[in-house]
Amino acid sequence: MKRIALLGMPNTGKSTFFNRLTGAGARVGNWPGITVDLLAAKILLAGTMVEVVDLPGIYNLHGFSDDEQVVRHFLESQAVNGLVVILNASQLDRQLALLLQLKALKLPMTLVLNMSDEAKQLGIKIDLAALARNLDVPVTLISAKYGQGFESARQAIEQLLHTHPAVIRADTAGLSQDDNIEVELDRIVGNTVNTPITLAPDLTRRLDRVLLHPWLGLPLFFITVFLLFQLVYGIGTPLQDAMNWGLEHIKTGLLQPALANAPLPVQSFILDGLFDGVGTVLSFLPIIVVFFIFMAIIEDSGYLARAAYLMDALMAKVGLDGRSFVMQLMGFGCNVPALMGTRVMRSRALRLLTMMVIPFSLCSARLQVFLFFTTAIFAPRAAAVVMFSLYLMSFLMAFLTALVWRGKYRSVEPLLLELPPYRFPTFKQLLVQGWQQSQHFLKGASGFIVGGVVVVWALTHYPFNVPPASPATLAGQLADWMVPVFQPLGIDRLLSVALLFGFIAKEIVIGALAVIYGAGQSNLAGVIAGKLDWVQAYSFMLFTLIYTPCLSTVAVLKQESKSYWFTFIAVAWPLGLAWVVSFAFYQGARALGW
Amino acid sequence: MHTSLDHLFPSQTGTIETIDVSPELGRRMAALGLRPGRRVEMVRAAPLRGPLQIRIGHTEIMIRRVDAAKINVNLVA
Ligand SMILES: Nc1nc2c(ncn2[C@@H]2O[C@H](COP(=O)(O)OP(=O)(O)OP(=O)(O)O)[C@@H](O)[C@H]2O)c(=O)[nH]1
Ligand SMILES: [Mg+2]
Repeated sequence: MKRIALLGMPNTGKSTFFNRLTGAGARVGNWPGITVDLLAAKILLAGTMVEVVDLPGIYNLHGFSDDEQVVRHFLESQAVNGLVVILNASQLDRQLALLLQLKALKLPMTLVLNMSDEAKQLGIKIDLAALARNLDVPVTLISAKYGQGFESARQAIEQLLHTHPAVIRADTAGLSQDDNIEVELDRIVGNTVNTPITLAPDLTRRLDRVLLHPWLGLPLFFITVFLLFQLVYGIGTPLQDAMNWGLEHIKTGLLQPALANAPLPVQSFILDGLFDGVGTVLSFLPIIVVFFIFMAIIEDSGYLARAAYLMDALMAKVGLDGRSFVMQLMGFGCNVPALMGTRVMRSRALRLLTMMVIPFSLCSARLQVFLFFTTAIFAPRAAAVVMFSLYLMSFLMAFLTALVWRGKYRSVEPLLLELPPYRFPTFKQLLVQGWQQSQHFLKGASGFIVGGVVVVWALTHYPFNVPPASPATLAGQLADWMVPVFQPLGIDRLLSVALLFGFIAKEIVIGALAVIYGAGQSNLAGVIAGKLDWVQAYSFMLFTLIYTPCLSTVAVLKQESKSYWFTFIAVAWPLGLAWVVSFAFYQGARALGW
Repeated sequence: MHTSLDHLFPSQTGTIETIDVSPELGRRMAALGLRPGRRVEMVRAAPLRGPLQIRIGHTEIMIRRVDAAKINVNLVA
């Protein structure tokens, strides 16, 4: 099999190029370190199947962070037909250094200068022919995002495959060689790149003047995030209502008549188990997709790097840094990629401490639970405040955790971070993002959510001769064991069963509740509101927020830390914290007479 | 005038003379454009002794003050 690898400095558009070339859906974002693992796709190029590999960005061949190790390991272990080196055309003064270093690997290369659109705007002129001559490598200038010049890059790759039909290994001596390329770098850049001397203040500089303002920067950041959340609910809620309406009609108009003659347990299994359970989770699909589309806009805007700049001083006080904060924000979508994103950190201690706090980020799965409870229990105005308080708690718990554990995970890692220009995703990028998130969600729904719901149905309905979810059922007995733990938190028996399943994934919680209470997505809210007062509901939400996010998170904690002990702490600590916080809240609120 | 990078005021520019850091960090800095002979502009400084925003060519980066203090520059008038 022929193989080519995409290599370059971080944030130069490798994944964008990869997506355009292969039609794959690699994650793209305006943050150095979005790709932290290999991603491969096979396509037909020059008449044969070729495996194209998207690699994490590297600054040089001597880096030791875990994402750079991925590249190193790839080069050491995999033979390739050649490398496609992707650099940012407007930053050749430093990025060409990487290409000069890569020459030591003695692999065939073709150079792709990306972001021609931005280089043009900056008035940068590159003499491509002279550059190719100087480097002795073919050069093409393209915009991977908008497509200009893309054909020429594809042809260059085909040409490379044509002239180098066999795969070869990199000369690994090149990985440890110390390079002295600065003189050559300056000479080549001086001969081939023409940059206007004075820069007109562009959009990025003007925006930064406001968004990074010494005193307005942070307040503006929080206002922006708050407004975005309002926007997500504003757009998402009507869509959710429409989804509910549709599901309800499927149930009453289609399923109920179709099953009218089926035996009762079968009816119950399909309607009260599968359909209510999965349907209730499904009704959150629209709002989650809207949420992820907005996340994609933020990730692509370049504002994340600014958030790191704004928060670094505060984060340093709890032993973390600006990047840790960005990973917390990414964790709002899903904790798993955020945990992987810490690979860019070179200090293991800093990395572990950051991985310890990320699971407190209120991810989209927990968001469903909270959206559900807040709308069921609180008036609309109060619901927004409650939601906000939960996000606040999420940060508080993270900072508290960092404070407690920073002594054990002490680090002094120099922080150097690019602040890329502001960018805006294309409409197509947003559609792809929305589509992928829906797929991800539906895949989850079709796998463990269905499984979880089925098990919960069985537990709450067996034995069949007693009322569902009564103390005599399996679920009832299970709940009995947990009473001593959850009663002091005001979490009733049936809710504790849902929490047990929430350990697998938070998406299951709402589905499980629908099954436990024998109510579909349209009337579950009413049932819950009748059973719980706000203190109990809030205590339940606090516990849900703080305890273990899901099994996938635990698996990734283990995979990334390579330590059972760390994984144990990272699971046990939040569990204990969740209990203590819920206990303090519930007993405190009751003592105050609420 | 000789000084260190963290002492520049916003919109002042200096030419880097020497960098006193470990080889590993030095390589990382070079990859971002921070190496002797290059011109670096101080863009702004975050409050509460937070990080600095600097510019080298068309690259903007944030750097903590402690690390910027290890970069010696010659102030460009
Ligand atoms: N203006 C412009 N932006 C681009 C172009 N190509 C990519 N981008 C943007 O640059 C940013 C980085 O793109 P990615 O494809 O994630 O870059 P990467 O090289 O894979 O980054 P890492 O995986 O972090 O190393 C994103 O915001 C892209 O939308 C381009 O040709 N022009
Ligand atoms: Mg990438």
